[in-house]
Amino acid sequence: MSPIGFGAALRELPGGRLDMVPYARLLDLSFEQSGGEIRLRMPYAERLVGAPGRLHGGAIAGLLEIAGMAAVIRALPEDERLPRLRPVTVTVDYLRAGQTIDTWAAGEVTRLGRRVVNVISRAWQADRARPIASAHLNFLVDWPEA
Amino acid sequence: MSDERPPETPEARALRRQKRFLDNFLANVPHMKELGIAFHGMGEGWVELVMPFSETQVADPAYGIIASGAIFTLMDSVCGMASMLARGRLEPNATIDLRVDYLRSPRPQATVIGRGECYRMTRQIAFVRGVAHDGDPDKPIAHVAGTFVFTPGGAGVVGSSII
Repeated sequence: MSPIGFGAALRELPGGRLDMVPYARLLDLSFEQSGGEIRLRMPYAERLVGAPGRLHGGAIAGLLEIAGMAAVIRALPEDERLPRLRPVTVTVDYLRAGQTIDTWAAGEVTRLGRRVVNVISRAWQADRARPIASAHLNFLVDWPEA
Repeated sequence: MSDERPPETPEARALRRQKRFLDNFLANVPHMKELGIAFHGMGEGWVELVMPFSETQVADPAYGIIASGAIFTLMDSVCGMASMLARGRLEPNATIDLRVDYLRSPRPQATVIGRGECYRMTRQIAFVRGVAHDGDPDKPIAHVAGTFVFTPGGAGVVGSSII
């Protein structure tokens, strides 16, 4: 096991890599706490490419999902034990082709329920005002046994 | 007859050509190669891809559960391929939106099979749906629905924003 878990890292560290999750390592994700949000970065690599010259939509979706989870973890009270988050439905709108450059993403919790949490995530590249994709994520929250 | 093979039916020939096209297509998609996604089968109006288990797909190392993002990638890929096959010719296309319902977690270290079909094609839009399972098609792990847009005659469009 890694010395620090995904949730604990997002709660306690100012930033860093998310290598404790193998799939996040495949996407080469890192995070930073910035301006009241957790921002994820997916640096460009050839292995993320789908059609020639553009990122695979699945890699962008993976980034959006993890950014959404990060937003939920940040929104939970800090003294609360971390629940397991299970994505129930994930809807991604692809707004622009993902260019072969670095991608960023951040999520925003629309409603933090005890059982269901609703989140919107957005991904962008050079210009945050021109998102390349957004995702509407609904998570089921599995609280640890008391 | 010097050739002992029975003559190939036009259908079999078309299928063989399509399969060769898909194999070539898959080998040239780096992100699908990275996740180990490969051609699995196809028939009238549907296509299947397989994603054999790999440690790199995992979200939860303690249990070996595949990340939902990897399943999303499989289903985006197979739905894109289904719309391309329904189109019947190579034309630049892009996902407009895709919704995945995660019905249950896949088994630990599961090989996942994704099936996609295009159930309606208009002049520009392909409407697709699909199912993912980890061994038993009657116990799916995910359902998907989505749309793709085609840009007829859009040579050179790939790589730029088409919307």
